[in-house]
Parts: sequence; C-alpha cells; structure tokens
Amino acid sequence: MTTRLDRRFAALKEEGRAGLVTFLTAGDPDPATAAAILEGLPAAGADVIELGMPFTDPMADGPAIQAASLRALDAGMTLTKTLDLVRTFRRGNDTTPVVLMGYFNPIFHYGTDRFLDDAKQAGVDGLIVVDLPPEEDDELCLPALAKGLAFIRLATPTTDDARLPAVLQNTSGFLYYVSITGITGAAAPVVDVVGEAVARIRRHTQLPVAVGFGIREPEQARAIARVADAAVVGSALVDLIAKHQGEGSQAVRNAVLGKVEALAAAVHKARG
Amino acid sequence: MTTPNTLRSGPDDRGHFGAFGGRYVAETLMPNILELDQAYEAAKRDAGFKAELDLWLRDYVGRPSPLYFAERMTEALGGAKIYFKRDELNHTGAHKINNCIGQIMLAKRMGKRRIIAETGAGQHGVATATVAARFGLQCIVYMGERDIERQQPNVFRMKLLGAEVRPVTSGSRTLKDAMNEALRDWVTNVDDTFYIIGSVAGPHPYPAMVRDFQAIIGEEVKEQMQEREGRLPDVLVAAIGGGSNAMGLFHPFLDDDAVRLLGVEAAGDGIETGRHAAALNAGTPGVLHGSKSFLLQDDDGQVIEPHSISAGLDYPGVGPEHAWLKDIGRLEVAAVTDAEALDAFERCSKLEGIIPALEPAHALAEVIKLAPTMARDRIVVMNLCGRGDKDIFTVARAKGVSL
Repeated sequence: MTTRLDRRFAALKEEGRAGLVTFLTAGDPDPATAAAILEGLPAAGADVIELGMPFTDPMADGPAIQAASLRALDAGMTLTKTLDLVRTFRRGNDTTPVVLMGYFNPIFHYGTDRFLDDAKQAGVDGLIVVDLPPEEDDELCLPALAKGLAFIRLATPTTDDARLPAVLQNTSGFLYYVSITGITGAAAPVVDVVGEAVARIRRHTQLPVAVGFGIREPEQARAIARVADAAVVGSALVDLIAKHQGEGSQAVRNAVLGKVEALAAAVHKARG
Repeated sequence: MTTPNTLRSGPDDRGHFGAFGGRYVAETLMPNILELDQAYEAAKRDAGFKAELDLWLRDYVGRPSPLYFAERMTEALGGAKIYFKRDELNHTGAHKINNCIGQIMLAKRMGKRRIIAETGAGQHGVATATVAARFGLQCIVYMGERDIERQQPNVFRMKLLGAEVRPVTSGSRTLKDAMNEALRDWVTNVDDTFYIIGSVAGPHPYPAMVRDFQAIIGEEVKEQMQEREGRLPDVLVAAIGGGSNAMGLFHPFLDDDAVRLLGVEAAGDGIETGRHAAALNAGTPGVLHGSKSFLLQDDDGQVIEPHSISAGLDYPGVGPEHAWLKDIGRLEVAAVTDAEALDAFERCSKLEGIIPALEPAHALAEVIKLAPTMARDRIVVMNLCGRGDKDIFTVARAKGVSL
C-alpha cells in the first residue's frame, strides 16, 4: 500500500516538476479562518501541507511562528482541535498529504499511542517533531512507523556525512533539509550552498528532499525548486496572517492563498 | 532493569536518569551536544583539568565556603542544630560561579570564542559575565523583560562586567523564555558559541555536568561536618528551582541512607491557587528545554507560566535527576509560599546578621518549620546558596516600602 506522500512525490517526479510545501499553524489566527485557508490550499497550488501544532515554547522557531502559536492558543486551539481540523479537511480532499509539525510535549501529554491512532484516523500522513533527534527514536518515531505514519526528519548544515546515516535511518516520506543554521524565518539561504548540500544528501538516500527555512518570495522558491524536490514556505505565509488578521477572515484567506498561488506558479515552472 | 548499588552512577550514556533526562533538541544542535559530551568526558579524565579547576575555586571563587553554626537561629527555634553552608560568600555572591568556572574552562578547551547564557534572578548571568570577563571571551546573557525589571542591580553588574544583556520579550518574559531564546541563539551560532547553562536542566550532558561542578558544595559539607561534629548530618535542606544548588549539596550524600534530603520548591501564592513554581510537588512528566522531567503544564500539554517572588525559582520545570530521585523516593519535596519566604528572609537578617537571597530564604522557611520538631542533638544543614543584596528592592516592594 502506498501512502499519500509517496504518491504525491511520485506524481511530481513523473511531471518533472518540484513541489510546494506550505506551513501554517493550526488554529491561526482562529480555528474557523484556519479551516477556510486549509481547504483552499490544494487549489492554490500547495502540493504538501504542513500544519503546525501550537506550543507555548517553540524553541527552534523565530518570532513569526512563535506569535502564530500564541494566536492559535489564545483562540482556544488544542491538539484535539488540530486533529479535528485535519479530519474536516479530509472530507473534501483525499489526495494532498498533511504533515503535522511541532514539539514533543503536547503529544507526550496527550499520550503517544492514543495520539498516533487518532492522527492516523483523522487522515494525517506524517509527523515532524523538531525536538526528537534519532537518539530519542523510541519515543515516537518507531511507534509512528509501526502504525503507518511517516516520520520526517530534519537534516541541517551541521549534519555531516558521519551523522547523516543516523538521521536518515528511520526517516520516511521525505527528508526536510533546513537550509540555514538558525530558527524559522531568519536569514535567507544561499542557493549554491543548498544545491551542494542536497546533492550530498542524495548520495545517501532515495528519499525526496524538501528544503525550507528562510524562503519567502517566489523568486527564492523558484531557485530552490531547481535544486530540490520541494520548497517549503512558512514564516512568509504566517506573516500575512499577522498583517491581515484585523481585516476579517475572508481578507486573511485571500492574502494567504494569493501568496501560495504566486509561490506555486514559480515552483512549478522552475524547471520549465 | 538492574538495581544499582549506588545512586550516584547516573545518567546512562544517553543521559537518562530512570524515565527522565535525555536529549530532546533540534537536529542542528545534536552535533554540538555530542561534541560537548565528548569534550566533557575527556576533561573529566584529565588530571590537569581538575587541578586547574581546584586553583580557580580556591583563589578566584574563594572556596571552601564556611560551614557556619547558626546559633541564634537554633536557639530561637529550640530544636535541631542548624548549620548554614555559606555559598553566598563565594565571589559574585552565590553558588552559580562553581559551575560557570568549570564550563568556561571547557569552552576554552574547545576553542569557543563566544559565551551565551540565560538568567532568571541574574545570579547565573552575573557569574557567567564574571568568568567571561576573566577569560577574555565575548558574553551575551538572555534575560526575561520581567526579570530585568525586578533584578536591576544584577543587570547593571553584568553590564559593568562587559556582558551584553539581551531582554527577552516573548512568552512570560521570565527564565523559561530566556532559555528558549538562548537555545535559538545557539541554533543560529553553532560553530563559535558555548552555551553555559546555569542549572541541572537542559539536554544531556548538562544536568550531569552542572551537578558535577556543583557537587563541591556537598563534598565540602561532608568533610566539614566530620571535623565539627564527627558525623553525618541528619537532614540536608535546599531550595529547588531548576535545582543546581540542591543537587550540588545532595549528590555526595545520595548513598548515605541515613541522611534525609529535603528539597524546597516555591509555592508562590500557595499551590492551591495555581500561582506557584512547584514542578515536583504539582507538575506532571513532560519535555521542555531538552530533557524529560516534571513540568507545570495544562491539559493540552502547554507550559504554564510559573509564579514566585524569587526570580531564581520562577521556572516551570526542574532538573531530571531531581525528578528521578523524587520518583524513587530518595528525595523529599516541600513547598514554601512567598509570604513564608519573606518571613524567613527577615528572621535570618535580624537573628544571624545575614541577608539571604530569596531562593535560600525558601529553604530556611522549611527549616523554621522542621527544626522545632527535631531533638536538640539532631543536625540540619541548609544551603545558603546566595546573598540577598539583589533582592532588597523586591522585598521592599512586598513590604510597601519605597527606596
């Protein structure tokens, strides 16, 4: 049985184009607006959806995504409601992969086994848990794989050839290459350096490689899409929510989806 | 699981103390964490490192610190004999420098040029700024905006020592947020930066390394108590925020079953009010800042903002080794309110002529409850881990006095 993630990356490969991965925080700026944006993402051109699980102490994230977490929590978001959001999305879409991204504590507190069962049942395809390196694989990675959920690991510029095999060992779905040493929304990556890093990773794995952190504009996304299997954009979308949240749900949705369309056009034509 | 014949052998090679500890950090930091682990293991085996550390502790920190018989406090309470371990007499006025000296020696060994630290009360920030000045390294201290307001003297001291104090405006603007921000800095500047963590918290090897550097406190107490009384104390008492002064006092006594270990957390307005910082008393297992331990959190696993009049105890977590020791029943844990700590602060000042920091004032408040219930031939040792000069503004405000 193939997974939505495998099917999506296989299709992209067949079409000879790169993918766009979009990140938004679940429940940001409020649960209803977040659901409306989520529903519109596939048509706007998102190939894979990353959904942030809000956490009070996101220690690898910059100010934009920290603020998004706090907006969502202030609006009453919980892990249970994040799973509800995915369940609702799945009623209208059975093809676009959804990956939950966040920190371990809310999952641990929810109960790891119960979380994995509920996530699978809601239609989640994979997990990215920032503070679980391979050294802690027993916690969530191995149980997730056993239940058929992908566990997507981050590789970074500090992940050298000696460490890369450990990072790749239990990774599935795709590998997320963090283009800079830093937090989300910080400095922009240098495309040539990223290209070399992706080439190095490809010598170790057949998995698709998505590149993220610091990609904000269509031109940057296009350049990354030439050297990677997918480009991830997060903080730039989250910033639009912050900017337009006072103008009503419709305005926020239009701003975010408009940006996703521009990014998707650039990414999809990058190799054309 | 095998039953260890010593409680002092932990953690295992992955940094676990029973179900607690570990390395819950972003991949960007893992190579650094592993490099630090190796460098620390090598330093531990190097007799030259230990010899140099001993010299710094003697000539710069001023160790050994005295073990002082608090005679008037003992008489006033009418029970057990009370001794204070005078770590407030160290250079910079608290126990924090014991650890900072060790870590900065390690930073130098590893060729790091830039030092970062988080601070709550400012004691760890001052100690870090002090050793960075002495070793000629750049120093950046992250401090929550709220803590900056209530610890102005320490902020100025850090600046005088040449450190840059970066205010943290995210979250609750206290110690936990300062630690988030320091971790973000470290993720961004992995190559040249050494992160001096001030408590027995964070990812492995920090909880074990900070404990080892602070264990000098308990080792000295053991020796000094032998000289003074010819025996071991009956009870050791220390305040627990993250838990470094308590672990430093307790660890050398873990295998001495007859010695009771009593940690004292901050109950703030009272544990029943929800406004407290008592993770061992009222928290549940969770993962924050790189390790698994007890944590103040809500039903959704979100971290609850702690409360204590003492900035140094105002932290929602606690070191993983404390969590384990409590779990196996070796460590007893009490909690003391802001009001009780303030009362102890004043009694110590007036009875002993020592103005304690608000952190050990919590420990003293528990001693004030405990000592009268014990016979006069029993012995209690309390870690007086910091002096109270930094807290006079907070205490004045609490008493309605304007300075």
